[in-house]
Amino acid sequence: MKDNARLPFGGIRMKKRNKVKKIPYGWIIAFLMPTLILFALYTLYPSLASVVYSLFDWNGFSLQGKFIGLGNYEELFHDDLFWNSLKNTLLFLLYAVPCRFLFSLLIALLLTSVLCPLKSTFRTLIFIPVVTTGAIIGTIMTLIFDPGNGPINLILMKLGLLDKSIFFLGNANTALVTSALIWVWKWTGTSLVYWIASIQSIPSELYEAARIDGANSFQRFGSITLPLLIPFGLIILVLTISDAMKVFDLMLTLTGGGPFYRTEVMELFIYRHAFSASVPRIGYASAAATIFGLIFVVITLAQGFVRKSKKEEV
Amino acid sequence: MNRKSIAKICIGVCFGAFCLIWIYPFLWMFSASFKSTMELFTSGLRLIPKSFSFDSYERAWIKGGFSVYFMNSVVVTISTILIVVIRCALAGYVLAMYDFKGKKILMALFLATFMIPSGTTIIPTVELSDKLGLLNSRIGLILAMAGGGNIVSIFLYKAFFEKTPKSLSEAATIDGAGFFTVFSKIMLPMTGPVTATTIIMTFMGSWNNFMLPLVFTFGTPQYRTLPVGMMAFQSVNETDWSGMTAAGTLTLIPVLVVFIILQKYFVNSIAGAIKE
Repeated sequence: MKDNARLPFGGIRMKKRNKVKKIPYGWIIAFLMPTLILFALYTLYPSLASVVYSLFDWNGFSLQGKFIGLGNYEELFHDDLFWNSLKNTLLFLLYAVPCRFLFSLLIALLLTSVLCPLKSTFRTLIFIPVVTTGAIIGTIMTLIFDPGNGPINLILMKLGLLDKSIFFLGNANTALVTSALIWVWKWTGTSLVYWIASIQSIPSELYEAARIDGANSFQRFGSITLPLLIPFGLIILVLTISDAMKVFDLMLTLTGGGPFYRTEVMELFIYRHAFSASVPRIGYASAAATIFGLIFVVITLAQGFVRKSKKEEV
Repeated sequence: MNRKSIAKICIGVCFGAFCLIWIYPFLWMFSASFKSTMELFTSGLRLIPKSFSFDSYERAWIKGGFSVYFMNSVVVTISTILIVVIRCALAGYVLAMYDFKGKKILMALFLATFMIPSGTTIIPTVELSDKLGLLNSRIGLILAMAGGGNIVSIFLYKAFFEKTPKSLSEAATIDGAGFFTVFSKIMLPMTGPVTATTIIMTFMGSWNNFMLPLVFTFGTPQYRTLPVGMMAFQSVNETDWSGMTAAGTLTLIPVLVVFIILQKYFVNSIAGAIKE
């Protein structure tokens, strides 16, 4: 409206603008085509096919499986190793998520404090494990935690904290906790960046005002930083949970699911039945994969809900 | 010296020590890669090797096949990035600029599927690729990596184009520029920050990807990428620690170099998950 008023030929321009508004379907289809084809082949089809496969008894070699309805789900329900993989996934979440969540918050508070020197150097160092390949970390960590010559055991024994070396990744009682700690180490840098971005989004005027009102730094933290971080914290929590469900690369290279399936998380269960068994069970693995996907649907809904409530608050 | 600067020094020293412990695994790996197997197993804790030997690098690079794995990783990663950037920029552009029929359905489909993990889609992806004759090939792997997911990048481009002032494209249209010219000459050159984010996310996703390259190269070891090659190397040379650490160092260095150069963008692209 405004620029039309300025233009002597406003009316003519309006007409042209209407022309521009006409939707060029040919171009739209051309621009969307690559994404449409690839999305249909590699996201949409596999998501739906997983559900369809899960209704069949199929070994992957024969041309077609036998339709067995919900048979695979019924079998999963009675499969101790499936429950075991679900339990391991949940235990992993329980060990790893709070640890990464709180630890990265602590470091972020330190790195945003005025008292901390060399901020960007420290952040870079803590971030390095994030960019390194999970499968490589897994392999190297099996050496570092090796009971014979691995440096962790050597150091702990030298310090007198251990009498005898421990096979951290091969012992049924320590393998999952150790893997969780390695995962926390690898991904803390990501959460750290989340937290720093959240802390820096708090307007500094708030702190100024509180300072003028005579609030000390603990009061400022308790009444400004903490409450304003809660909505961000919820998003970070959901992102961390969804990350902790996807540990295939690390777990396969660290423990391969062992010892005695004690670290076999859901992804490894799916992989074992679909790809590493001598007779693959595609339908059965797909049923597990479908349940795995459903957990993510729940996480997505939770995330949408959290983001919505955060926006409403602002 | 006042109290503040003393506190600063104390915090700096403590944090510095903590960071050294934090990156100790990398220091150990780097040091072990120069040691002989003999030295590694007798003086495991010394970080500076008695004598530097590059034998392990030769073993990993030539005999272990890491020169091949390295090239595969480079080819796969670059191709994946190219496809993702092009297809997501194109899709994001029309989704941002026009309200066409079917747009709502498409957006709903994107939203419904963008969190679906590869653990769920991997089996049908492999079956489909097998049927299309794309399993055990590099192209098949690239298409699977660049084709699946990456919906977040479409959203990022869409959000970016929505924010660009409409007057820009309108002015160009009045000057007689066609649809494609407006996109390629005016809109696309402005997408620097989004493209940087997309490149980095895709780079991390494909260079570090493990599940897809693993199942795509069961029958074709010559197409293995670095992470898959590492696992294969370990299973064959279980006691060759210096070989493994050399291979690990070789895999890490390119990523570290890219990370240190583009650090700002890495941090921004990750922080974006919170800000959006």
